[in-house]
Amino acid sequence: MKVTQIEDLIAVNDFCVNHNIEISFVNLLQQNGLIEIRIIESKGFVEKEQLPQLEKYVRFYYDLDINLEGIETISYLLQRIENQQNELIALKNRLRLYEG
Amino acid sequence: MPFIYLLSDEQMNFIDYYKILGLDKKATTSDIKKAYRKQARKYHPDLNPNDADAKQNFQQINEANEVLSDPEKRKKYDKYGNDWQHAEHFENAKQYQEQSSNSSGQRYSGRQSDGGFSDFFESMFGGSAGAGRGGQVKFRGEDFNAELHLNLLDAFETHKQTLTVNGKNIRITIPAGIENGQTIKITGHGGQGINGGPNGDLYITFSIANHPGIKRLGNDLYTHVDLELYSAVLGGEITLDTLSGKVKLKVKPETQNGSKVKLKGKGFPVYKKEGQFGDLYITYTVKIPTQLTEKQKSLFTELSKS
Repeated sequence: MKVTQIEDLIAVNDFCVNHNIEISFVNLLQQNGLIEIRIIESKGFVEKEQLPQLEKYVRFYYDLDINLEGIETISYLLQRIENQQNELIALKNRLRLYEG
Repeated sequence: MPFIYLLSDEQMNFIDYYKILGLDKKATTSDIKKAYRKQARKYHPDLNPNDADAKQNFQQINEANEVLSDPEKRKKYDKYGNDWQHAEHFENAKQYQEQSSNSSGQRYSGRQSDGGFSDFFESMFGGSAGAGRGGQVKFRGEDFNAELHLNLLDAFETHKQTLTVNGKNIRITIPAGIENGQTIKITGHGGQGINGGPNGDLYITFSIANHPGIKRLGNDLYTHVDLELYSAVLGGEITLDTLSGKVKLKVKPETQNGSKVKLKGKGFPVYKKEGQFGDLYITYTVKIPTQLTEKQKSLFTELSKS
């Protein structure tokens, strides 16, 4: 079971203030399953390790003017690329076993 | 009195920011914004991971936007862009004249000088750039990718190693059981963030060479062992060299050539799972004796008749 320490959590409110964005955007990301928000004492938190992903979504939305549907599609495609790259590494390793 | 310009040998090339964004000089602020976003969507580093060309293109687009979306900078660029050296002299003279007045529009100064702007930009605008959403955009630094070569023995035990990345020494712990082709992330050791953005990460991909005579597949190891004919027929005990040391192994009588045995827990350590190991698979190759003596030959003949 994964245990998350309190210091590994970032308050959604702090994140929004820091990035000068609306909290509703982060809520929308959660509603669409793009990030996970944890509620502790009625405050929203995101895990530290989700931060790079969340910041990426903020850049997509605010800097590149990509809507939520676009972000979902891009995320899916980027994940597919990453999976295929990992699969390629695994296949290369197997091939090396027979070539070596 | 006319200025006298001393031109350096290294004349920086003029950059046509309008051309980069696909605009003409009459472009409105809205046109610039649209053109920037269109190009940025194509070349943004988030959308083009590990693509150095895209990153370079994006930096140019970003620089073009930085200049053209700022009325002051655009004015200066439009007036002096083709001959930036004149602008420098002009600005110096202007600064001298205005030194008693307060400077207007003080901007965020968190940006590092190495922000990915061209020499042309730095010369003309002094490398200053704003920050914050709606103004100059902050960007995370570039992720660095490095390859680290290890041999199978190195990967067998957890150890520390010092790497030099862009002139900086980084000491990392390499956990036992790391896979060939596996990548680990060292947070914050990539390129410097742009406009006050966070640093990128360092990704190290491991290239692990096979050990002579031993092959690894996942956590399991595979090896061949030569077996004397007599041990294969009558059984016996052999000593085997493994990555974790010597192992004594009993050979069953009548062991066939090509037969396999599994030594449980004598394989490779499982990544980040202390005390857990894969298995070692041994394939026996029965060696037929050569240069037999007359007596041996007669004994084999006798055996063949029995």
